[in-house]
Amino acid sequence: MRVAVVVFPGSNCDIDLYEALTSVCKVEAAYVSYQQDNLAGFDAVMLPGGFSYGDYLRCGAIARFSNIMPAIQQFAAQGKPVFGTCNGFQILTEAGLLPGALKQNDSLKFVCKTVALRVENNQTVFTNQYQAGEVIQLPIAHADGSYYADQETLAALEANHQVVFRYATENPNGSLNDIAGITNRRGNVLGMMPHPERAVEQLLGNTDGLRLFKSLLAGQTIKEAAH
Amino acid sequence: MTKKLTPEQIQQQKPYLAWGLSEKEYDYISQRLLGRLPNYTETGLFAVMWSEHCSYKMSKPVLREFPSTGKRVLQGPGEGAGILDIGDQQAVVFKAESHNHPSAVEPYEGAATGVGGIIRDIFSMGARPIAMLDSLHFGEIDQPRTKYLINEIVAGIGGYGNCMGIPTVGGETTFDPCYTGNPLVNAMCVGLMDQADMQKGRAQGIGNAVMYVGAKTGRDGIHGATFASADFADDKETQRSAVQVGDPFMEKLLLEACLELTHKHQDWLIGIQDMGAAGLVSSSCEMAAKADSGMELELDQVPQREPGMSAYEIMLSESQERMLLCIKKGFEKPVQDLFESYGLEAVVIGRVTAGHQYILHHQGNKVTDIPVSSLTDDVLEEQGTEVMPSRLQQAALQPVWQPTEFDFAATFYQMLQQPTIAAKTSITQTYDSQVRTNTVVGPGSDAAVLRIRRTTKGLAMTTDGNGRFVYLNPEIGGKLAVLEAAANLVASGAEPLGITDCLNYGDPHDPEVYWELHQSVKGMAAACRALEIPVISGNVSLYNETNQQAIYPTPMVGMVGLINDIQKYETIKLKNAGDKLFLIGTTTDDYAGSELQKMLQHEISGQLADIDLKQQVAGLQQVLHAVQAGLTSSVHDLSEGGLAIALAESTFATDLGLQVTVPLTDAQLFSETPGRFLISVAPAKVAQFTELMQDKALLIGEVIPQKKFELKTLTATYQLDLLRAQKLWEDAIPCLMKSKA
Amino acid sequence: MKKVRIYVTYKESVFDPQGETITTAVKSLGFPQVKEINVGKFFDVTLLETADLDQTIAAISEKLLVNFNLETYHYQVLEEQK
Repeated sequence: MRVAVVVFPGSNCDIDLYEALTSVCKVEAAYVSYQQDNLAGFDAVMLPGGFSYGDYLRCGAIARFSNIMPAIQQFAAQGKPVFGTCNGFQILTEAGLLPGALKQNDSLKFVCKTVALRVENNQTVFTNQYQAGEVIQLPIAHADGSYYADQETLAALEANHQVVFRYATENPNGSLNDIAGITNRRGNVLGMMPHPERAVEQLLGNTDGLRLFKSLLAGQTIKEAAH
Repeated sequence: MTKKLTPEQIQQQKPYLAWGLSEKEYDYISQRLLGRLPNYTETGLFAVMWSEHCSYKMSKPVLREFPSTGKRVLQGPGEGAGILDIGDQQAVVFKAESHNHPSAVEPYEGAATGVGGIIRDIFSMGARPIAMLDSLHFGEIDQPRTKYLINEIVAGIGGYGNCMGIPTVGGETTFDPCYTGNPLVNAMCVGLMDQADMQKGRAQGIGNAVMYVGAKTGRDGIHGATFASADFADDKETQRSAVQVGDPFMEKLLLEACLELTHKHQDWLIGIQDMGAAGLVSSSCEMAAKADSGMELELDQVPQREPGMSAYEIMLSESQERMLLCIKKGFEKPVQDLFESYGLEAVVIGRVTAGHQYILHHQGNKVTDIPVSSLTDDVLEEQGTEVMPSRLQQAALQPVWQPTEFDFAATFYQMLQQPTIAAKTSITQTYDSQVRTNTVVGPGSDAAVLRIRRTTKGLAMTTDGNGRFVYLNPEIGGKLAVLEAAANLVASGAEPLGITDCLNYGDPHDPEVYWELHQSVKGMAAACRALEIPVISGNVSLYNETNQQAIYPTPMVGMVGLINDIQKYETIKLKNAGDKLFLIGTTTDDYAGSELQKMLQHEISGQLADIDLKQQVAGLQQVLHAVQAGLTSSVHDLSEGGLAIALAESTFATDLGLQVTVPLTDAQLFSETPGRFLISVAPAKVAQFTELMQDKALLIGEVIPQKKFELKTLTATYQLDLLRAQKLWEDAIPCLMKSKA
Repeated sequence: MKKVRIYVTYKESVFDPQGETITTAVKSLGFPQVKEINVGKFFDVTLLETADLDQTIAAISEKLLVNFNLETYHYQVLEEQK
């Protein structure tokens, strides 16, 4: 398996994703610049957290016009896994790969803390190593993570089990329906505000994020075995 | 814009006095250094370069007392930041800087640009910034203005650091009325580098290019450096223009571009320096001075954001996110291309020249032609006059304050709510403390701990500045500031390596203030020598006064330590029921400058007991050995609020409680005798631990599985409610911030 | 040349926490008559070519300035220069 970690100007969690993949999960990964225009040879694409273009205008609004974006659109259309955390999630919504939008937190402040999440759907390529309904702890670190979509979109998300992670005890940002992470209809694009890549090592105090990466790997192994 | 005065008009009208240059200095410059009258631009350059902020002309004689050498020192004071060897061909780089004055005027941007400036100092050395810490001192949270300052300063620090992707991992926040009009905002940045990537701010080699990179130059922050060197008065609202606006996105690009240049293209690069205080003039003339070179600049080439800027304005602008490079002749184009790939402008604005003149051209005129050294090395040092403050002379005659009439339980809960002691979570959780995934211990412990990837090592870091003790006795207070920082590192399992500092004082022309500066530096230097650690960087912030009311003399110590085995780091939290609790160090009646005294008396007074540095250092070493040997379950250095507060804090965010019996009076539970630790030890390791600590460790109790706190003192037995205690401690600052008062 | 100001605001149905905080603050400053304050942003756009102004503004807004999941916009012409 080979994973692309896309780097936009202002991305800053790119190294975290890269190290989680390579040092911890021993998966091959490569940084891919926003200026590139193809993703040939990759089996999954990850959009890191950070402040692409300084979060100026709106988070992710400018990044979505990058050279790399059509390739990501195409990659997603082929049903291959695309994952965005934090700013990556914001970019995926701005680009229309995921429905809804992320607004400023209700507190109006940046918040960095560990929160409880419920795994609402463990039938995705990103969550198959978690138990359904399991409560895990993951860090969040964002100022604009309040998920918003109109009622119709929300109803559709819920009906199709696209809400994959939900804030379990406290809602840290005002997200509707306590939404922390969603997939697209097909289930191959996941966006989430929490940072699983920050929770993959015991030394840093938390390994609850590790199974998200292992899920992707497990899916890959099954696919390869089927060939 | 003022119409330019002729040299003769300058001599007669003396506008330089308003820019901070004295008549004596002006005469010395014209008669001795130039042999002619300086023109308008030159006078402006002298005014800013000879300000205390740029030249350290008053503090230099005092700063020489600091030890700055040692076997680990790869770069001492004098560059962007100091560098220490940490083995494996790696080095740690750090520096702290104050941004007190800009933050008092425009708190968000003042704090943000303070963070931005210190980050540039670190990456200008060739290092990747890995952590930020902030030492903040505010007035009491009882005035709307103070709440506004806290909100905006904290938001500014977070806004910049978060966007840069550099974790803000620690620091301190304290509250005392003396900081109401003049809050202290000291930011420290720590970087990590391969020793092979070390850079210096030097411009040498005739014909080599001086290149400007980063943001365009505007009129923001002109005379920021002299502004930082003059005290405040409420009527000076017009000074607002002196604050700059930060652009962390630009800085992130600049950081990545500069690191690519310094790491991959060392053959193109001669030197690199941040354009900080006094912008282009200080960076360019310092780079030339350090290499004993001449320099000639074409100011029309400087990228400008506004039309019609004068030479003086271009040179003195403190627009943010700019760096100055010296590039080997012939490599200008590849440098431009590299920066362009990050969307940044890199422009040749001049050349290194033969000789030693500093020459500036603007719109076809030669506007400056002066010796390089006249701006840097020829500054007239000013020996301050020193007088022991009258308050200290009087204090010696007054009776020592002792707490009486004590309701222990009520005092315990009330102490936990004092903002200096209370939880700072509402502040620290607005900072990203984890980005780059190296943070092993984040905000809220004695020191922050980061692992160093691909090694078994870690770095611990802390900031400490207790103005109260320095106010009561500058020399002992200075020693205590350094010892406290060392204790924080030791408690985390780290060996102290070296310090940086921000020396925050009032007007140095006040003999009492100068005496405080000198005495506290003497104390700090003595403690550094006892610990055998150097001072490798730092900054001085003087004139911290509002309407002639000076702050407490507040030297901030930023200290970095090395953990050889990162698996053996330590935190303040209790870990296991059944662990034995030990108090290390003796406790005496030390209430002068304590949180208890402040709370009960609403002011601090009294005398500090002198400390035996040798004994203190030996005590620290014993604790460090215990942690390194893996004998401890938790270690907490005792500071504000003494043993009672340390006991409570060690239980917070755990499911554990305490059963404690101490041979101390109720009041002594809040005594702040230095050099003490609270350590929990697993039963199986107690024998080894007590043997190592000899007679220093006093068994005072046990960790219990219930969430309760049973405390027996010489006076009585108390049952304290830990859940209530934790809630009061957590809610105190948010409640004060919300209250309408 | 034309200078146009494009105003971007949250759609009415979207909760505006900044606006709410400011409303509370303004009321507490002694303005009980204030019912509601909403926060938005505006962009001053100087156009060289102003044929199809409506379409141009709509295109810029839709493509970049406005997130239609949350926001809406309107604009006004500030000044015209020869």
